[in-house]
Amino acid sequence: MPLALTKLAYLLAAVCFILGLKWLASPGTAVRGNRVSGVGMLIAILVTLANQGILSYTVIAAGLVVGGGLGLWMARTVKMTAMPQMVALLNGLGGGASLLVGGAEYLISHAEGRTFPVDSNIALQFTLLIGALTLTGSGIAFAKLQEMMSGRAIVFPFQKALNAALGLVALGLAYWQVSDPNSPLWAFGALIAIGLLLGILLVIPIGGADMPVVISLLNSYSGIAAAMTGFVIRNDVLIIAGALVGSSGIILSQIMCKAMNRSLANVLFGAFGAAAGASTKSAEGLTVRQITADDAAIQLAYAQSVIVVPGYGLAVAQAQHLVRELADLIEKRGGVVKYAIHPVAGRMPGHMNVLLAEANVPYDKLIEMDEINSEFERTDVALVIGANDVVNPGARTDASSPIYGMPILNADLAKGIIVMKRGMGSGFAGIENELFYNPKTGMLFGDAKATLQKLVQEIKVVS
Amino acid sequence: MTEILLASIVIFTLATFLGVELINRVPSTLHTPLMSGANAISGITVVGALLVTGVDHGWISMALGFLAVVFAMVNVAGGYVVTDRMLSMFKKKPGAR
Repeated sequence: MPLALTKLAYLLAAVCFILGLKWLASPGTAVRGNRVSGVGMLIAILVTLANQGILSYTVIAAGLVVGGGLGLWMARTVKMTAMPQMVALLNGLGGGASLLVGGAEYLISHAEGRTFPVDSNIALQFTLLIGALTLTGSGIAFAKLQEMMSGRAIVFPFQKALNAALGLVALGLAYWQVSDPNSPLWAFGALIAIGLLLGILLVIPIGGADMPVVISLLNSYSGIAAAMTGFVIRNDVLIIAGALVGSSGIILSQIMCKAMNRSLANVLFGAFGAAAGASTKSAEGLTVRQITADDAAIQLAYAQSVIVVPGYGLAVAQAQHLVRELADLIEKRGGVVKYAIHPVAGRMPGHMNVLLAEANVPYDKLIEMDEINSEFERTDVALVIGANDVVNPGARTDASSPIYGMPILNADLAKGIIVMKRGMGSGFAGIENELFYNPKTGMLFGDAKATLQKLVQEIKVVS
Repeated sequence: MTEILLASIVIFTLATFLGVELINRVPSTLHTPLMSGANAISGITVVGALLVTGVDHGWISMALGFLAVVFAMVNVAGGYVVTDRMLSMFKKKPGAR
């Protein structure tokens, strides 16, 4: 294939990505957008395979089949509750692929005694560093989300100083390799090792509640790593696609930060949720009012309006289908049911919407926070299921609370409140929640799924 | 600074701003599919992986290239298919159960 034609085909692929992202950002066209972007990827792959420089196809074919097969299998079997882990894993693999390509390019030129031109050498250093960091950082995020390790922030003395020192050493190594064509191989190895280590160190102090931000940011990094690889191999489609992903990841991280009323720096370096004793308000002397499924069923059966506030606890219990069943029963009795979705409900941006869509909840019933907050006052029952920090009134009133200032769902303003919860444990952020001690609140303890099942049965027999 | 690098930096900068414009007003419903869809796009590194693997430079680069192709393809195939799966759940008309 002549070079000009190859370049034009890559341009076509880039156009597909741009159109794909544009359409992906709007509900009516999202499906088409994703497919167009997939077509772009197919074009890019085919054009590359037709490249005259490629001599052997056996290894490539094996890689395509193994990777493609693995990807397909994961995509088809993954549970919707596990989407955050899946995206974390894919981010990591994307970063890892960039690291491997950059590393291979370096080793090839090293073996042949060639030296990199300065400009692609700079890009190479970034590819290695960001790729390595994305790989291990995503690995830690995956482990935290999969609950293979504690979701709590892990902190130790001089952590930030250590990270800063490692970052400086990495930059020093990068500068050395760029300025001295005869720099030894160990400098290359050391740079990668530091990148891998930094990925781990940067993610372990970030608590489970902040994972949506971390995933968005790692998504951005995997894009930037791809763009840097594009600088190394001088390929525009990598640069364009990588830059698009890089900026979209940054925007999603910012949206998430805004929803928590915190800066990106605070999320990354604040070690939020490290100490369980972070709360200054003690719950001593306060009592909760415990209710039974019976009581709750009656309250819900006679409610004219119900707002369901779903949290991650609902997702963990795989109870989203039962919630819809319960909502159907309430609606059959003439009540109106809506769902209040906090931007950080779930463990990645928009996660709760996906889970409820899976349970066939019509998406016009999923109301965003700003829109629904004024409705709580006029609502008979706010049904809080497995949510905690996003309904904590302390965020509004208690200036000493770690989540003070975070926008919350005003469930406490509803005429009646039912909170379904496994026990009195605190949320991801490790903070006491005064909503539970509100006299209007009835606490319904137990596993969300079992309790919802009981509720569904009870509400059927309320005459 | 070479001409090619300069052109690449221009492209990178423009594409970054374009990305911001494209994503800025996304409804929160679409955040998760958008992220996994964007994720699939970052699998474009597969192009670099193919080039490294296909040009025979000895077994080390071949092995690294093979791994890179596998990683990037998991990213590509997994990302696109899972996004499609999620979006198909949104597509169901309200009331269709």
